Amino acid sequence: MFIRNQKLETIKRLFFLYSVIHILLLSFFLSFLFISGCVKIDKGANAVQTANNDTAPAYGDTLVEGTIGEPSILIPMLAGDASSHDVAGLIINGLVKYDKDLTLVGNLADRWDISKDGLAITFHLKKGIKWTDGAEFTADDVMYGFKTIIDEKTPTAYSEDFKQVKKAEVLDKYTFKATYEKPFAPALTTWGNVVVLPKHLLEGKDITKSELGRQPVGMGPYKFVKWTPGQEVVLESNHDYFEGRPYIDRYVYRIIPDPATMFLELKAGNIDWMGLTPIQYTKQTNTAYFEKNFKKYRYPAPAYTYMGFNLCLKREQNTGRCIEKHPWFSDKRVRQAIAYAIDKQEIVDGVLFGLGSPATGSFVPNTWSYNPNVKKYEYNPDKAKQLLTEAGWRDTDGDGILDKDGRPFEFTILTNQGNNVRINTATIIQWRLAQIGIKVKVRTLEWSTFINEFIDKRRFEAVILGWSLGLDPDQYDIWHSSKTKEKEFNFVSYNNPEVDELLEKGRRTFDTDERKKAYFRIQEILADELPYIFLYVPDATPIVHARFKGIEPAPLIGMGYNIHKWYVPKEMQKHKVIP
Amino acid sequence: MNQSTLKSLFWRRFKKNRLAVIGGIIVFCLFAVAVLTPLIAPYNPDAINVKHVLESPSISHPFGTDDLGRDILSRVIYGSRISLAVGFVAVGIATIIGVILGALSGYYGGWFDTVTMRFVDIMLSIPTFFLILAVIAMLEPGIWNIMIVIGITSWMGVARLVRAEFLSLKEREFVLSARALGASDFRIIFRHILPNAMSPVLVSAVLGIAGAVLVESALSFLGIGVQPPTASWGNILTIGKDNIEIAWWISVFPGIAIFITVLAYNLLGEGIRDSIDPRLKI
Amino acid sequence: MITYLFKRLLEMIPTLVGITLISFFIIHLAPGKPTDVLADLNPKMTPEARERLEKYYGLDKPIHIQYVLWLKRIAKLDFGDSFSTDRRPVWTKIKERLPITILINTLALVLIFIIAIPIGVSSAVRPYSLYDKITTVVVFIGFAIPTFWLALLLMILFGVNLHWLPISGLKSMGYENLSALGKIWDWTQHLILPMTLEAFGGLAGYSRYMRSSMLEVVRQDYITTARAKGLAESKVIYKHALRNALLPVITLLGMSIPGLIGGSVIFENIFSIPGMGQLFYQAVMMRDYPVIMGILTIGAVLTLVGNLLADIGYALADPRIRTR
Repeated sequence: MFIRNQKLETIKRLFFLYSVIHILLLSFFLSFLFISGCVKIDKGANAVQTANNDTAPAYGDTLVEGTIGEPSILIPMLAGDASSHDVAGLIINGLVKYDKDLTLVGNLADRWDISKDGLAITFHLKKGIKWTDGAEFTADDVMYGFKTIIDEKTPTAYSEDFKQVKKAEVLDKYTFKATYEKPFAPALTTWGNVVVLPKHLLEGKDITKSELGRQPVGMGPYKFVKWTPGQEVVLESNHDYFEGRPYIDRYVYRIIPDPATMFLELKAGNIDWMGLTPIQYTKQTNTAYFEKNFKKYRYPAPAYTYMGFNLCLKREQNTGRCIEKHPWFSDKRVRQAIAYAIDKQEIVDGVLFGLGSPATGSFVPNTWSYNPNVKKYEYNPDKAKQLLTEAGWRDTDGDGILDKDGRPFEFTILTNQGNNVRINTATIIQWRLAQIGIKVKVRTLEWSTFINEFIDKRRFEAVILGWSLGLDPDQYDIWHSSKTKEKEFNFVSYNNPEVDELLEKGRRTFDTDERKKAYFRIQEILADELPYIFLYVPDATPIVHARFKGIEPAPLIGMGYNIHKWYVPKEMQKHKVIP
Repeated sequence: MNQSTLKSLFWRRFKKNRLAVIGGIIVFCLFAVAVLTPLIAPYNPDAINVKHVLESPSISHPFGTDDLGRDILSRVIYGSRISLAVGFVAVGIATIIGVILGALSGYYGGWFDTVTMRFVDIMLSIPTFFLILAVIAMLEPGIWNIMIVIGITSWMGVARLVRAEFLSLKEREFVLSARALGASDFRIIFRHILPNAMSPVLVSAVLGIAGAVLVESALSFLGIGVQPPTASWGNILTIGKDNIEIAWWISVFPGIAIFITVLAYNLLGEGIRDSIDPRLKI
Repeated sequence: MITYLFKRLLEMIPTLVGITLISFFIIHLAPGKPTDVLADLNPKMTPEARERLEKYYGLDKPIHIQYVLWLKRIAKLDFGDSFSTDRRPVWTKIKERLPITILINTLALVLIFIIAIPIGVSSAVRPYSLYDKITTVVVFIGFAIPTFWLALLLMILFGVNLHWLPISGLKSMGYENLSALGKIWDWTQHLILPMTLEAFGGLAGYSRYMRSSMLEVVRQDYITTARAKGLAESKVIYKHALRNALLPVITLLGMSIPGLIGGSVIFENIFSIPGMGQLFYQAVMMRDYPVIMGILTIGAVLTLVGNLLADIGYALADPRIRTR
């Protein structure tokens, strides 16, 4: 369920800015290719694709994507970083996927039946799908993947969803049935490509030692050609792809660790597709050259960045239950005061250059579960000071810093290195809080240290982090009071019995209206209590060379979902692929 | 030759070397800037203004502003303190370790000398920058860690120099007579020999400061230098690097600051060396 | 000569042991056990798997035994498996990245030599002249400009604006379809910028060293004698003085290898060159201890080999050493 073994490269990753530093959440693997959001094509670019003769779809050419991070392993269930999932997602498909109108549709599965009680899902797989080595894809492959993922010996971060399955059966060659212990609303969304493995290649072998991690075999739109460490991963189109042969013959994933270098490569025309930083998007790509040769896209990412407070000072060792609350941050007035003292719009304007919007809560805007009518905190430093005074904070010694019981209001915000957007956000918050008499230190940490030593061990006062959200609104792991053990994700120790109940309700019913009601109420409570200060929802801002046609970004899905339909008209093709 | 003629000889040679004199003047100015920082910086270096982001140099912001609208001139001025601190503390640590180990092994010789010199060889064969990188990343980047780590990975040259000086000085008459008068080893090492062995140490220290300033900027490039928002030349330059085509001023001014500083220390160091003894190899 | 070589090789052993001790110390510097990181990175790591791992690294044994065990393994080039999700053997990872780092550093070194020696000699011939001053400033520019910054400027100039050279990486698109000569040309083009930059940065050290070495030699009696004999000045300088002045520079060659290898972290990152420096940086950021230790050890071995080569060169050039 969670992706923990983030690699450094992922951290510094530019492609889809929101993923630059995050903890990936909840069925993320389903949407790794399908970056959701409502899509807006930049006004400078001509978005309409006309199917006249000049631009008729044609086979050929190569798409070069630039990436900061190198993939680590191309077996989805073992991979933790976004680069690995990006590449593996082109090679291996899942049973289901999100369509561009946000409905779940079959991918390797043709259709499925859900039992009346909602506890059992029967997948009917498409027939005749072949692994690229020629073997047929069958229900046994799914079963093998399922067994491997729930095996304690498999070092995967995704087993939690599959442990909810009470019984898995192969009914026949093309039918696979999973029966759940209790109703589990997100169940269907979890059957993405993490659970698909080529049984005929892996059976009896140790998956962690398998060469498939470096030379994967799949059945997706692209098949693996070669991986030159530190340089590139090369894929070529799968002519037998069950949704049709992709037009673009080659897909090259080029690894360029320095963002400035990558941008120069883009400018020189050596890469065709990368994610832009806000500055690059707004200030560096407005020239006639870029307008002519590239097309920029922009859509809100299904993610948000927040500042979280450690609400608990002392925890019970094993359960993570809070024994002693944090004297400052557990006071709602203090959290609200800090929210009033931060100008979210300033952060959006100054750090994101307008490429995003202030966040109001923990759910993905523009989805059915998002509640827009919650308490918002407009920038109001006077109100902030007033709330702090009410909470007992005054500057009694005249040093410009508020104090209470002889202790000055000083705390440290931790965030991760290598992410300028986040570091700049912290810097702005530091500056704003200084003006209401709170002294903030900013400390940046390398990602794995940050997570392992500080988040997991709860050694922090405040953090700036982000969540990448799946399209299912289940946020049990973030907010439920039982999820406070070491390494679990309610690391701020939020505890509200009403929220607990609503979360449980939300994941145990299939009735969308019921779920919606529960999640709307949760958002109201969170907005009032502010265990996090929700800062902003960043936009994804990719740029693609203008010769690529057929890119149809869709609301909340992004652009990668139909990559097999992208093409370059014959006379515009740049690279000749010699087979 | 007595002390005073040596000194005047030194000055005569030094003054003849115009590049070295220029280096010395620049170094002096850098000190002045670092000391007077709060007086000469026009703005609070941390003051953010998102309405004036990435502004090119103007009268109100002579060096322009960075990606958060902070005044680059003020940041470069405050950064000079950090760079000087890194240079001096790191070199100070290296010099202290190097002088003590070098003096003891040069003076006593024997197994201590063998072990120390073997240790020097070992340290010299490990790529120092790798070592610095590994240690800082494991401990956590921060100005103190950076200074300490640079210090403890760059003492070897000093140790060798001091040892060589001690080897030649310890048989000299003034040492022998001090010993005959019953002076303790400690006194002989630190009062008699060391002052005479310090000139190459001085040169290598001046050159070392330049090196430390560069190491800090390289670490900043890799994201493990002095951490923002504290301004250091290295991290201003790194912000500038990502905006090099639209905001040259962010990287050019700290770049020039680093360049001038490193150049000045090198010229000064070389000048001192040539004036003491042109054949010294440091 | 053979006894000399043998002696030198023998002397390398304690140094090598010392290096491994330091690498070993570094891995134990970090808080917690090295396996903690691996376990933390994989939430599903079972206690048994963890125990197995601790056994593999010998963490259940006293520290000196751990060291001996580790030493035994690295003697067989077994540095363990990387902690990153790919779990590949460390030696495999290093091996695929080693040649390019060695290649670039060797070429840069050659370039430095070719440029620095004439500069050093000619400025020593006319010390404190305008020429001397100009070259002094120029070589220090190379030393004093932060390399990553200069690299970007050159990439913009030659890569983006003029389109003369590729910007980063090692190969162009369609490299596979080039002729052998075309491939070499492609490689050369990719290597020009990183090599030039690395050489530019290293110029100062060598040319200044050459200068002072030359200054010293020129003062020697035999040079005065040669001049007194009425030999042409150029002959005095290039025939008699240069040969002797070059000797100490050979030693510098060996000593500068660690600096060059260290510098490759910066170059390889900015130019996207898949070498050892890049791998080391990634390993450090991920706390991939086996890789960190492996590279520290290999880097030191490279330095020792470089030193040895320099010493051999020295011995060949100076008969006094051989017989000693």
